Amino acid sequence: MERQTVIEMRNITKRFPGIVANDAVNLQVRQGEIHALLGENGAGKSTLMNVLFGLYQPDEGDIYIRGEKVEITDPNVANDLGIGMVHQHFMLIDTFTVAQNIILGSEPKKKGWRIDYNKSVEEIQQLSEKYGLRVDPHAKIKDISVGMQQRVEILKILYRGADILIFDEPTAVLTPQEIQELITIFKNLVKEGKTILLITHKLKEIMATCDRVTIIRRGKVIDGSLEVSQTTPDELAAKMVGKEVKFKVDKKDAVPGHPVLSVKHVTAYDNRGIKKLNDISFEVKAGEILGIAGVDGNGQSELIDVISGLRPVASGEILLMDRPIHHLSPRKISERGVGHIPEDRQKRGLILDFSIAENMVLKNYHQPEFSNRGFLNYKKVREHAARLIAEFDIRTPDESVKAGALSGGNQQKVIIAREVNHNPDLLIAAQPTRGLDVGAIEFVHRRLVEQRDKKKAVLLISLDLDELLNLSDRIAVLYEGQIVGIVDPRETNEKDLGLMMSGGKTNSGSWGA
Amino acid sequence: MNKVIRIFIKDSTLIPVISIVLGLLIGALIMLLGAYNPIRAYASLIEKAFGDLYSIGETIRQITPLIFTGLSVAFAFRIGLFNIGAEGQFIIGSVTAAFVGIQFDLPWYIHVPFAVVAGGIAGGLWGSLAGLLKVYRGVHEVIATIMLNWIALYLSNYIVKFFLIEPGQQRSRILSDSSWLSSSWLSQLFDGARIHYGILLGLICTFLFYVILWKTRQGYELRAVGYNPDASEYAGIHVKKNIVRSMMVSGVFAGLGGASEVLGVFHYQTIHSVFPGHGFEGIAVALLGGNTAVGTILGAVLFGVLTFGATGMKFGAGVPIEIINIVIALVIFFVAASGLVKAIIDKVKKKIISGGSSLPTSQDWKKGV
Ligand SMILES: Nc1ncnc2c1ncn2[C@@H]1O[C@H](COP(=O)(O)OP(=O)(O)OP(=O)(O)O)[C@@H](O)[C@H]1O
Ligand SMILES: [Mg+2]
Repeated sequence: MERQTVIEMRNITKRFPGIVANDAVNLQVRQGEIHALLGENGAGKSTLMNVLFGLYQPDEGDIYIRGEKVEITDPNVANDLGIGMVHQHFMLIDTFTVAQNIILGSEPKKKGWRIDYNKSVEEIQQLSEKYGLRVDPHAKIKDISVGMQQRVEILKILYRGADILIFDEPTAVLTPQEIQELITIFKNLVKEGKTILLITHKLKEIMATCDRVTIIRRGKVIDGSLEVSQTTPDELAAKMVGKEVKFKVDKKDAVPGHPVLSVKHVTAYDNRGIKKLNDISFEVKAGEILGIAGVDGNGQSELIDVISGLRPVASGEILLMDRPIHHLSPRKISERGVGHIPEDRQKRGLILDFSIAENMVLKNYHQPEFSNRGFLNYKKVREHAARLIAEFDIRTPDESVKAGALSGGNQQKVIIAREVNHNPDLLIAAQPTRGLDVGAIEFVHRRLVEQRDKKKAVLLISLDLDELLNLSDRIAVLYEGQIVGIVDPRETNEKDLGLMMSGGKTNSGSWGA
Repeated sequence: MNKVIRIFIKDSTLIPVISIVLGLLIGALIMLLGAYNPIRAYASLIEKAFGDLYSIGETIRQITPLIFTGLSVAFAFRIGLFNIGAEGQFIIGSVTAAFVGIQFDLPWYIHVPFAVVAGGIAGGLWGSLAGLLKVYRGVHEVIATIMLNWIALYLSNYIVKFFLIEPGQQRSRILSDSSWLSSSWLSQLFDGARIHYGILLGLICTFLFYVILWKTRQGYELRAVGYNPDASEYAGIHVKKNIVRSMMVSGVFAGLGGASEVLGVFHYQTIHSVFPGHGFEGIAVALLGGNTAVGTILGAVLFGVLTFGATGMKFGAGVPIEIINIVIALVIFFVAASGLVKAIIDKVKKKIISGGSSLPTSQDWKKGV
């Protein structure tokens, strides 16, 4: 069945200082399909979608919606054309309820000026039932999970009557279960005649949900409108990167040495005073990668924070190379040899208004290498950044670009470059490959294994079970603030891990901490 | 917030320039409504501000304190703090300098630096009070500085009344001239205007402002905390210490301004019944200048010229002085409502270069308020 073309972007060119983000890009999307945009970090996917959504104006090219030429000068115009976008970083007001967030900007009015909450709540409930979104309109944003927040974003655009939905890496922040739910929601949406444009780096998701895919490399379309049913993940990866990609890193067996990190009976609370780590104990040894598996919210964030000194320990102790560190400041801990790739790159990992160069020295700007008698040696800072940009293949015109102007994946690479470069005895890697393309993931995985082979310890916290199974030498399962089991990845599988993560027991793997 | 939008909202230096033009234009319109001649009014404003050497000297005198308070507010803005207390820090700086100027008798090359430094330190301590309150007691700096302004005002009056009073007057005794920042040589160069060396001190401070923020390790930390406290904490930067430090530096700038004013212009400290107002004007100056060093100077110049030239409008064109307050208010309004100005700029841009690329610029014009 040949469906009507709803979106046609012709010869779109968008330039940024020093870079052509989109170079005469053509894109055609049919009514009612799920269309994937695939490409390396910095290929220009987000830029193209921002052009479609009216956040950027193209330097050249035309856009046709349902056959009509349009000028999308700002997001309001996009809204009127029925285009909605869920951004990678949500734009919700924390202290507002779900309903308040959804109606913000297009509030239904009663008697001309009073907001008609009841009506909006009703409408929201109807919408969420129709598409299986399951949100509580009265809950406050700050109290609901990331997956739920995303569904609020989806509702927000549905509420405004969108029938073309753009998703920029929607699954990067979701847990595996939430990803499954989102895929179901996608299917419901297209069943109701909506069209979906999806940016993702996860080939599995493309294979599972999409009809067609457009591949972009360095701003140019490599393959427009490839039928997903006629391709394989390997072919997609090769087309996107321009060479073969290995999905699994080769690694030798681990030769674990002495313990680098010992967590002993640690208890800690979250900001609201809820106990999140409950008498937890484990060790990470030199020359091993210890993976932490667990459903989001079982104490991962608090664990990372207490080790890196960002959260006080209520009881218990943490030793690095047999010396206690749990009473030290973040800086002292970092100087003792702990590196930390934080889970939230924009909140913690980077200062978006700083240049890449300034971000690269965030942890060691104060050391004599860069700092002399209170003055920073910006020349050295820039040289240092230029070296890391080359080594880690960060796609940017130069090191003076603000971190905020980098593509999502390249922001992540800046953090990884900075933390790995210190060659820390213990590297805490939280969701290290979030938002990275397959090529970059392979690269980061190799660097983590390299650290391990250099007899360093790596603590890997990830929601991606594939990643954990691929990389870890041992996997500890975190459940309600405790380690409920440690398993050998060679002797387990996703299903068993999943069961343990939900608090159940399994026979595979050895028990005990 | 979305990175795209963040990058998008900061436009170039165009915004302040357009705001000034719009402010002047609407001011002219208002004059027309009142049947005044705006061209004559603005011409006599310029005449008054720059007409002769005396006027130029007096205009510079008017600009000088605004540079200090502008820097003070801008510095705190840089770390995300809204220092409404430049006013109080200014007063504390001036009364301290007056105290040193009156109570000591020293050779000028010791007395002047002593009085200036004392004023700066006192202002700095006063500013850091607000920082300490914020960090250890969670008091918002806006509240703290507003209250500290009043305390400063009455503390200064108290000190003058009980230690420095000139009997029968509402002011202190005259400072011993070894502590003066003014000189008859400089004054005579400008036909007797009250211009003084405080302007040099202001320029030095502007240079320091730039160096501290952009060249030093401390400045790196301050900017980091200002942009993203979470990431700063993660990086091992002591956020609380930096908040107190920035309020202190901010206070030092204002305090030096107060010292320069009392040592350079008046040579006595009055018993104030109302705030002199330089600190509040500093907020507008910083806003206009986009919290940058050079911007602050330009903002101070604009303010100084408008306020000093305003009296000329009255004599030259019969326009009431208050009109100039409307113009100033309009300029501030347009800068603050930069979204509005941006929309106008975009419309114009599109007309001029239809099809041209809309590059986001990387100006530091941001986080103004
Ligand atoms: N506002 C901006 N200013 C300057 N350069 C930008 C801006 N936005 C994007 N770029 C540059 O344009 C290029 C494309 O970026 P874009 O965000 O579209 O990549 P992407 O394909 O979405 O990558 P990722 O998968 O990493 O998210 C990058 O080199 C990026 O640095
Ligand atoms: Mg992107």
